[in-house]
Amino acid sequence: MMTNAATLQDCLAATGLSGPVELRLLPEPARMALRADPAHGNALSGALRLELPTKIGDRANNDGLEVLCLGPDEWVVHTDGEGMAAVQAAFAEIYGEVPHSLVDISDRDIAIELRGAAAETLLSTGCPIDLSRIRPGHGKRTLFDSVQVVLLRDGEDLFRMEVWRSFLPHVWGLLNTANRELEVGL
Amino acid sequence: MLLIHCPYCDETLPEAEFVYAGEAHIARPEDPSTYDDEAWRDFLFIRTNARGRHFERWRHTHGCGRFFNAVRDTVSDRFLLTYRAGEPRPSDAELEELAK
Repeated sequence: MMTNAATLQDCLAATGLSGPVELRLLPEPARMALRADPAHGNALSGALRLELPTKIGDRANNDGLEVLCLGPDEWVVHTDGEGMAAVQAAFAEIYGEVPHSLVDISDRDIAIELRGAAAETLLSTGCPIDLSRIRPGHGKRTLFDSVQVVLLRDGEDLFRMEVWRSFLPHVWGLLNTANRELEVGL
Repeated sequence: MLLIHCPYCDETLPEAEFVYAGEAHIARPEDPSTYDDEAWRDFLFIRTNARGRHFERWRHTHGCGRFFNAVRDTVSDRFLLTYRAGEPRPSDAELEELAK
């Protein structure tokens, strides 16, 4: 089983794959799945201390906290370890008035960073969607070669892809193969 | 590959992100105990199997995760319309207008 990030990094170093896109596994952030009725938007925004995005694909940031809207009543919240405790405490306070579910999913996904002018091309080898429609600062849940992933675009040439842990070896292998193919001009 | 418009995401996206979920507008009986075997069988299994315009459910599994309804022509595979779950079934006149 090859699900440990360190093991994967070792494998990568050993295989010596390369390409025009810089790929790396990101250190684990704290990650939470939030489900709640968007009618309570004000209370939810208050607890997060930012304006909760309600359009699918939109993101909001504040003070190390980042929220991506995945569905009409679903968000994913990224933060660091200490931020998570604060968010959980704030949501525990409003639980009486605002029914919701806030689940720690930090260990469920591993994030891959893709950096480089060819990042969009590389992702298009596995994503069926038109990636140019995801503008920098937005994101989307989609597929990469039949694996469900959350794609966040941080810049024109900078993506983050969050993959469920057990699918990572498959996705990582495909990305590296495609990256190598881009390098040799296939 | 079909391109399907998700009424929640308000985007037209490839079929790979969606799954088909059977015929739409089939309401579960309020009190199944009043149904005899034939009526219950009809509710469970008997479907329109339309040749042409078909009302069906889809789910945007690998996107927003929502179920919604669609009107698709089963011959040409053309989607006339998609609309949110819970919205009323569009009338024939509206669909004729869209089909033009």
